[in-house]
Amino acid sequence: MRPITYSRADDTAGAVTTVSADPTSDYLAGGTTEIDLLRRNVLTPRRLVDITGLPLTGVEEAPDGGLRIGALARMSEVAASPLVRERFPAVAEALEAGASPQLRHMATMGGNLLQRVRCTYYRDAVSPCNKRDPGSGCSALEGFSRGHAVLGTSAHCIAAHPSDVAVALAALDARVHTLGRSGEQVYGIDDFFLTPAHTPHREHPLEHGELITAIELPSAPVARRSVYLKVRDRASYEFALASAAGALSLVDGTIADVRLALGGVATKPWRAHRAEGVLLGAPATRDAFAEAARVELADAHPTRDNAFKVDLAQRVAVRVLETLTANGRTS
Amino acid sequence: MSVRGPELTEHGPGLEERGPGPVNVTLSVNGTERHLHIEPRVSLLDALREHLELTGSKKGCDQGACGACTVWIDGRRVLACLTLAMACEGHEVTTVEGLSADGELHAMQKAFIAEDALQCGYCTPGQIMAAVALLAEGHTADGEIGEWMSGNLCRCAAYPNIRAAVRAVRDGS
Amino acid sequence: MTTAIGQPLTRVDGRPKVTGAARYPTEFPAPGMAHACLVGARVAGGRVLSVDASAAWEEPGVLAVLTHENLPRIAGQPPLVPSLFGGPAPGETFFPMQDDAVHYAGQHVALVVADTHERAQHAASLLRIEYEESEPLTGIEQGRDQAYEPEAIFGGFLPARNSRGDVAAGLAQASVRVEGTYRFAANHHNPLETSGTTAVWDGDELLLHDGTQGVTATQLTVAALLGVPLSKVRVVSPYVGGSFGCKAMVWHHPALAAMAARAVGRPVKLALTREQMFTSCGHREEQEQHIALGATHDGKLTALSHHKLSPTSPFDDWAEPSLQTAAQMYACPNYEGSYRLFRANTMTPTFMRGPGDSSGMFALECAMDELACRLGIDPVELRLRNLASADPASGRPWSSNGLEECFERGAARFGWYDRDPEPRVRREGAWLIGTGMAAAGYPAPAPGTPQRARARIYADGSVVVQAATPEFGTGVATAMAQVAADALGVPVSRCRFEKGDTDFPGIAAAVGSAGAGMISAAVHTAATALREQLVGEAVADPGSPLHGADPSQVAVHDGRMTAGPATEPYTDLLRRNHRPDAEASGTWHPPGMDAPYATTTFGAQFAEVAVDPELGLVRVRRMTGAFAPGRVLNARTARSQLMGGMLWGLGQALLEANHMEHGTGRWVNASLADYLVAVNADAPDVAVELVEVEDREVNPLGVKGVGEIGQVGANAAIANAVHHATGRRVRKMPVTVEDLMELPLA
Repeated sequence: MRPITYSRADDTAGAVTTVSADPTSDYLAGGTTEIDLLRRNVLTPRRLVDITGLPLTGVEEAPDGGLRIGALARMSEVAASPLVRERFPAVAEALEAGASPQLRHMATMGGNLLQRVRCTYYRDAVSPCNKRDPGSGCSALEGFSRGHAVLGTSAHCIAAHPSDVAVALAALDARVHTLGRSGEQVYGIDDFFLTPAHTPHREHPLEHGELITAIELPSAPVARRSVYLKVRDRASYEFALASAAGALSLVDGTIADVRLALGGVATKPWRAHRAEGVLLGAPATRDAFAEAARVELADAHPTRDNAFKVDLAQRVAVRVLETLTANGRTS
Repeated sequence: MSVRGPELTEHGPGLEERGPGPVNVTLSVNGTERHLHIEPRVSLLDALREHLELTGSKKGCDQGACGACTVWIDGRRVLACLTLAMACEGHEVTTVEGLSADGELHAMQKAFIAEDALQCGYCTPGQIMAAVALLAEGHTADGEIGEWMSGNLCRCAAYPNIRAAVRAVRDGS
Repeated sequence: MTTAIGQPLTRVDGRPKVTGAARYPTEFPAPGMAHACLVGARVAGGRVLSVDASAAWEEPGVLAVLTHENLPRIAGQPPLVPSLFGGPAPGETFFPMQDDAVHYAGQHVALVVADTHERAQHAASLLRIEYEESEPLTGIEQGRDQAYEPEAIFGGFLPARNSRGDVAAGLAQASVRVEGTYRFAANHHNPLETSGTTAVWDGDELLLHDGTQGVTATQLTVAALLGVPLSKVRVVSPYVGGSFGCKAMVWHHPALAAMAARAVGRPVKLALTREQMFTSCGHREEQEQHIALGATHDGKLTALSHHKLSPTSPFDDWAEPSLQTAAQMYACPNYEGSYRLFRANTMTPTFMRGPGDSSGMFALECAMDELACRLGIDPVELRLRNLASADPASGRPWSSNGLEECFERGAARFGWYDRDPEPRVRREGAWLIGTGMAAAGYPAPAPGTPQRARARIYADGSVVVQAATPEFGTGVATAMAQVAADALGVPVSRCRFEKGDTDFPGIAAAVGSAGAGMISAAVHTAATALREQLVGEAVADPGSPLHGADPSQVAVHDGRMTAGPATEPYTDLLRRNHRPDAEASGTWHPPGMDAPYATTTFGAQFAEVAVDPELGLVRVRRMTGAFAPGRVLNARTARSQLMGGMLWGLGQALLEANHMEHGTGRWVNASLADYLVAVNADAPDVAVELVEVEDREVNPLGVKGVGEIGQVGANAAIANAVHHATGRRVRKMPVTVEDLMELPLA
């Protein structure tokens, strides 16, 4: 790990001012990404500004029945929150499917959204990687890519977004609140994550120093019966091969409202807009689910190693939709 | 994301910076104040193992993938390898060395021995720190323990015996 | 009389392990300790053109940068001989930084020493190394055309080709034939403690704390590489954080740590990073095995053909011995097996738990399952029909066997006999349920050198037994206290086993499940010698109640010698004669390779799996193993080790895979996040049946070992259960999601 300096922030504005003014600084929150990648020489800040003391924690109820989750709330706290479990169970399920109990006690919600990809070539600090070293090339295209994305890829990057909870947040229309040099901003979660296109190093629209302060979950009755399903090789402590978050309501056997997002298979938490379009107004049948999943994956770009994900993602999506319409989980 | 800074520069604007050379750090470890003179980049794990001779916390991967370095900060189980020692100032750190008081083993330590929940012993302190924390957190139903102990790899694969040890302490047997 | 041997005592070193007090090799402080960090080659072939260390030297605290340009030359390269043979045991016949050549990615090309761990690590990252890169050769698909049949494998100890009878005729006369090609990903050991060495010079004397399965092996190898007298090298390693074979041979880092310590004039700690564990201490090689079975209608085997292809290093003809036990399992008159190798840009592969047999028996036992299905014979019954009454390979009788009882007791415990053989007929919700079984076999090898121990009894009746073997999870200290207690006739609580120091009597590396047998033989011999010495003194001592008794009629129990009505505690004898203690050494001479019997440990494995065929998921719901490991020294620790082996089989069957990337020759899964070992949630409850068989041949106590046999066949039982659940036969390891996804969506 390169030499660093350490500062501890005790007020949010001061932290934002400091980091915004110093392009060689990074925030330090849970540290589960920052320290790991610093040690690997993938991230190379000179200064860390510890923000864990800032008052950006907790889960608060919004007047409309939605929730405001502090950016520095730990994954484990949010997963355990009765409000989250009752109103947005997919969020709690996704959180508890992620990482390990220890990491969930450390990692913050804001940090979770900003965690870096698990691509071997990004993490090795050596291989050509457009995300780490713009213009150097993408080693995964010809390399080992079993875990990589099939949706939202470009000729410059195919790394999959690793977050579980971001998939649930994407399905449930979360909003990301930030504070930067130019004041407060709110991003719809779908706009918060960028696909790599020609600029894989830009993963989100934040300016340097712009700090996530909160994640807002808008009220959504349909979310009360939302679910998250994750498929991976081992039973726990592994990133997703494919996952899906969903919520659905029926009126007279017809789909009246549906939310679906995919994880593990895309370069960003992937809101399945096309599938939702097929499903809205359709009967809640396996055929309809399969058709929706097929349409969502129609433009997938697999590699030699991850072709199975095109199929697996559809199966996971169908399973989630079936789960939502079986055993009374629909509203 | 930051850009790479110069190796050693004058300090930047804003909040006071400490480092990059060694600075005085005071940690509360197992209820005792410990004074260190360390660089800010020193992890809590290396501070414990290399500076405080508390080698019970183990280094299995140094990247948050094995759980061997599990300690408690303010009572919560966390990974010492991904924690900066300096960031623990003002917090209470508990390691396996702080678990047993006056030479009397903690019930979980006794249960690990009784259930043979260890072989080479290298993951064991981390397993025990995770297991005791798990009891406080809940998630101790028979079908839950495996999932909630999955943050601690045991390459000897003593897993069924580790679950048995957790059940034994849960049941007070 | 109850014996201590066999009792399920709890581990005597449980307390230091659960409190964190046990010290592992990189946890020994020393004044002025410096920290070393290795740098691995970024290319898989070629040579180092230049090393620019100027930026590294600017880092404060840097003490040395060692490369091929300034690292001292080694005194000599010992040959690769498995460490069980008791001599120097380098993992490969190559030592890095002796010239500019790069043979594999990750090969050590520099070593940086600094005053702190952080400074060494950072300075190492600042080296700018230029390479001339050559196109690497990596996997089987690239190397197949260049394969050759070596003269011998395994350090020259096993022929590359074996045959008996006429395999072509045997296949031709078969009523049923089963044939298949099995593919195995490479595996990495990944003990939780990475390999590491602390090196401390005191003048010309070297003290090493090294993570090793054999302190003597480390001593012999480092002394040979450095050209230092053996009397000047001491290795002290009481605790080692797991090995599974990657610390069975002696790799480069112990000698490099010693070289670094000499270069900087300070003690040096060299701990490999987790990533370096993938390129510094061997692996189980990627391999392909082709197997063909012929059988009669009633299931009698007529032929077995079994051939293996695998990559090895540029230096050594190494293949794990996958074909040995598979050739001995069943009474099959016609057999042919061969190893083919090709040279790739890899380090020399090495032993890994269940070396050879966990892959070779996988192929055989999956093929046997297929044969059972084809013939409509129960898989257990098929194996019973082919039991070998003597070793089919050598014709020698078994020293002990127990396989039939393993089948019976394992099947009964598992509930095998009411099984419906029809595949794909049991369903629970989304899950298909299946059961499978396999036989297990692993050699009970003898070491190549005499094994020694020392026993001492103090005048207070307490006993210390010493031998130069480390504890790396087997529970050796507990079991050896039990062995000494019985031989001396003292309570086990009075016996302490001291270990892990080359100043103690020599023991070969505890590898290949030979440890318990050979160490117990040495301890038993030493403790028996001490007992005989004390009894001899007592019967010759006019002051002893035993004076004049026939020594052969003296029994020992509970710390006292007894002949008829005469009895005396050891303590009285010693005190009366003003002796603070008495001591004896014992040497066990193992049987040679030409012993007139075959020594194999047998077992039977059973598994139940649930498969979600839509999502491709497999979960193992329960496992039962029955094993006949000769005599069991401690039922508790033996069960644990067997259970661990079975769960290793689970990992190998479903999770563990590494691949060398074409083009770069790098391992694609070089972390514990990417190389998947089983976590707690993967591991079902495991039942272990101990089938004790008397063996009068292998060693004095008839101990055949439990380290490997638990793993062998567990993977096949799972794969066979997957077939039973789904009807799908997957001839590879690991079996993963993409192999099992089926049922096209609507």
